[in-house]
Amino acid sequence: MPYDAGSYDVIVVGAGHAGCEAGLAAARMGAKTLMLTISLDTIGFMPCNPSVGGPAKGVVVREIDALGGEMGKNVDKTYIQLRMLNTRKGPAVRALRAQVDKVAYQREMKKTLENQENLTLVQAMVEELIVEGDTCIGVVTKTGARYYGKAVVLTTGTFLRGEIIIGELKYSSGPNNQQPSIKLSDHLKELGFELVRFKTGTPMRINSRTIDYSKTEIQPGDEGPLAFSYETKEFRTEQLPCWLTYTNAETHEIINKNLHRAPMFSGMIKGTGARYCPSIEDKVVRFSDKPRHQIFLEPEGMDTNEVYVQGLSTSMPEEVQHQMLRTVPGLENAQLMRPGYAIEYDVIVPTQLWPTLETKKIKNLFTAGQINGTSGYEEAAAQGLLAGINAVRKIRGQSEVILKRSDAYIGVLIDDLVTKGTNEPYRLLTSRAEYRLLLRHDNADLRLTEIGYEVGLISEERYKKFLAKKEAIHEEIKRLRSIIIKPSPQVQAFLREIGSSELKDGIRASDLLKRPEISYEDVLRFAPRKTPLSPDASEQVEIQIKYEGYIEKSLQQVERLLKMENKKIPEDIDYDAIHGLATEARQKLKKVRPLTIAQASRISGVNPADISILLVYLEHGKIARVSSNEG
Amino acid sequence: MEQDTIAAISTPLGEGAIGIVRMSGPEAIAIADKLYRGSKGKRLKDVPSHTIHYGKIIDLETNETAEEVMVSVMKAPKTFTREDVVEINCHGGIASVNRVLQLVLREGARLAEPGEFTKRAFLNGRIDLSQAEAVMDLIRAKTDKAMTIALGQMEGRLSKLVRRLRREIVEILAQIEVNIDYPEYDDVEEMTHHMLLEKGRYIRGEIKKILETSKQGKILREGLSTAIIGRPNVGKSSLLNSLAQENKAIVTDIPGTTRDVIEEYVNVRGIPLRLLDTAGIRETEDIVERIGVERSRKVLQEADLILLVLNYGEKLSPEDERLFEAVEGMDVIVIVNKTDLPQKIDMEKVKQLAKGKKVITTSLLKEEGIDELEEAIASMFFAGEIEGGDLTYVSNSRHIALLHQALQAVEDALAATEAGMPVDIVQIDLTRSWELLGEIIGENVHEDLINQLFSQFCLGK
Repeated sequence: MPYDAGSYDVIVVGAGHAGCEAGLAAARMGAKTLMLTISLDTIGFMPCNPSVGGPAKGVVVREIDALGGEMGKNVDKTYIQLRMLNTRKGPAVRALRAQVDKVAYQREMKKTLENQENLTLVQAMVEELIVEGDTCIGVVTKTGARYYGKAVVLTTGTFLRGEIIIGELKYSSGPNNQQPSIKLSDHLKELGFELVRFKTGTPMRINSRTIDYSKTEIQPGDEGPLAFSYETKEFRTEQLPCWLTYTNAETHEIINKNLHRAPMFSGMIKGTGARYCPSIEDKVVRFSDKPRHQIFLEPEGMDTNEVYVQGLSTSMPEEVQHQMLRTVPGLENAQLMRPGYAIEYDVIVPTQLWPTLETKKIKNLFTAGQINGTSGYEEAAAQGLLAGINAVRKIRGQSEVILKRSDAYIGVLIDDLVTKGTNEPYRLLTSRAEYRLLLRHDNADLRLTEIGYEVGLISEERYKKFLAKKEAIHEEIKRLRSIIIKPSPQVQAFLREIGSSELKDGIRASDLLKRPEISYEDVLRFAPRKTPLSPDASEQVEIQIKYEGYIEKSLQQVERLLKMENKKIPEDIDYDAIHGLATEARQKLKKVRPLTIAQASRISGVNPADISILLVYLEHGKIARVSSNEG
Repeated sequence: MEQDTIAAISTPLGEGAIGIVRMSGPEAIAIADKLYRGSKGKRLKDVPSHTIHYGKIIDLETNETAEEVMVSVMKAPKTFTREDVVEINCHGGIASVNRVLQLVLREGARLAEPGEFTKRAFLNGRIDLSQAEAVMDLIRAKTDKAMTIALGQMEGRLSKLVRRLRREIVEILAQIEVNIDYPEYDDVEEMTHHMLLEKGRYIRGEIKKILETSKQGKILREGLSTAIIGRPNVGKSSLLNSLAQENKAIVTDIPGTTRDVIEEYVNVRGIPLRLLDTAGIRETEDIVERIGVERSRKVLQEADLILLVLNYGEKLSPEDERLFEAVEGMDVIVIVNKTDLPQKIDMEKVKQLAKGKKVITTSLLKEEGIDELEEAIASMFFAGEIEGGDLTYVSNSRHIALLHQALQAVEDALAATEAGMPVDIVQIDLTRSWELLGEIIGENVHEDLINQLFSQFCLGK
């Protein structure tokens, strides 16, 4: 029998990467928060790669940290390998990537949740929402508990009507054989939400003791103190390497011979998979001329022998998976511990959301993570954080927090989702960002700490430190701009030595630093400081001076767009009453209901003429109001 | 509201027989009135609203008639902008419309920003709902038309070129992106600086080629500004006459107006030459002498083409050599005239001074060498490749501007590559060029384009 189980400010459904951030953010902002999860043993579970970060995604983890989120800190506590990627490329695309001890990650995250004030953690499966009028006011669990909440955040991941597919086998399941959530999905449909079906997948796990590593190439981590979080002080020293091997003609032959049994091709899978994350059968079919594909062997943790076989994502029958492994150098005798599988699940069409991640249909209901059609732990965590923040601000009557595309990758992610939607699991790529040079991993704190502080997720102490760093960077740049380095014999000798051209005349220290071959350290030789700057402040000084011209150009672009960003479209606008809009544009506008002209202009199918008409209409509306005021 | 008076040419440049200069604002009628001379001392400030008047526009500095015109006077508030509006209908041709525009600007009007007339209409509450709808229809139609025209214009050689270029650029971009987003994958070749330079230079060359055709577009619309220079008595005046004589002078064909020859224009193989400072040539036979060194240099700078005339029957003088120096680096055709006289000029020396520029010998008196000259002019600007009938040139100034910006972006990318900037920094400029080219063919539109299109309504209306 249903019973009343209590009232909260915010209820978070799910405790994956989105749920954890949402719950922690809400609780830390002082809201009385309830987190409900199907299983307390799978908090912060990573059903796929034991890996966090990489290009774009790594920047997101930094952004989460700058906003006061948890993911970066938790990775720093539990990684088994950390690498800085793209170091030979420019600063805009550098990114950290960690291999994470999966079990340790879950354990640490659970500990953090359990010890968080204002946060209540309960194991329960939510089957229904309590909706009054057009507002969500709570949830009902399978066991009949009725929890009331001023706002509800759904972070159901791939659990909604989840189905696992391995070869000809298909069964109802959440990821890794957890309980799926069937009723909630039906309930959302009843409430009028449009759901679509997506597909994702994961490779097999094998036993490390059965791998012949001598036939593979080692991929070590980077030495040195690296961390995702700006607050991390202790750095893990013990690291595990990854290993590289390849498929070959034999592997491909086995796959080709068994294609009729591959659910992707037999028609058994109907959900849309992601192009950037193809299964090995997909790769073999689509790139049939490639003689081999890379396979990275990634340890799943310090205390386990399970190894993740990156590159062999598959939903082939288990039997074929065994055969495939046999053909790969080093894996001839590998023992398969868990088979790879594909999973299909329900996704809310994300254009049904406001940029705050609140649903348009039902007030005070937010959704975040894979339920919104994304893939990736980082994308999920980022949405969870923003949904948590906005849920609390909504119930407190505070203004919404919407990150612009020029503020953060998180802004790009959410804007893409709610403006354009997605027809495959959405993954962040650096190329999705127009202002990549502004959205660097090294300046995430400079971009976002202010916002994190304002919403109450950054401590006073950290904020003060941040301000000091900002000031130090500013002062040092000013200093380098004021110092003239003269063509002294020492300077010339040094420049000759490193293959740079000699000075003809005195040059500003900042201008010398603009030479690609000159580093900040080099400049310090001839423009010494009394006290050294911190390494990350030094990095900022170097990047901000070296790429000044480019950064300036990007900022100008942002500036130009700002007018459009600031042109608000009233929420109650009646697109049917606007004469002259093209039919397709009208339909899209009615569906997306953009908040600004800039957002409207990013909707595919809304062309410049429609934007002009919209502007005319808005201008006209304003005039009408002005004249009625005058009258 | 808006206090000043704005003016702009409201018909597309170079198209149609009539050009209109439109003014809007509190001073519009007063400014027009100052410049207007009607029959029987008619004053525009006294005429009723929404009437049209024949008369002349006077250059107040010289008191000469600048143009024969029809002037419409529309008083506030029943005008498009709800301000006083004056429209001055001029003879066709850019020169005449431009001249009138310059005169009204001189009298205190301000050149309108793109879109400003329409903006004023909105801001002054000119548009009620039904009219707003009409304007929206207009925008719809105009934008679609602009797009169609753009695409129509782009069909054939040029559209293929732009599309192909974009494809090439996007392939480079994709390769860089993959390098960035999947740093460990060995599937994709690493984009090196060397490769980038090679591809960047190729793309730069291609855009330049397109721009060359766009220059022709500009020339066909506005005329090829041409300066004839040379010492006295080398035959500049005869050259002008013989270019103009063979029925090539451009005339207006507005019914009711005299079929006046517009002296500044001659038509050479379909290319309108706009001769700079022809008055100078006629009056004193020596532009350099008459207007002084400073100004003649300025004239030379403005010119798209310089015809440097020498005398076959005289030795080269230091003055001649100075002329060669003055036109260094410009598009020049050297004409050695008066081959009917005994040769005294050292042709070897001429060729040496010409530094590879085209040298043509003529006898304007005997009408010899004129064909060759015309051929040289035509081939110089059409690179001899393009035939009259099916020119696919870029005539839209928005497209030309975009091509220039795209070229600049590629140049920036190349400079960054040469300076050893990381590939992903170079990529920023490359992406920009890709977007700019996309705007030309209406792909990947964003708000700059929208502004641009919005702006065009006003001037074109």
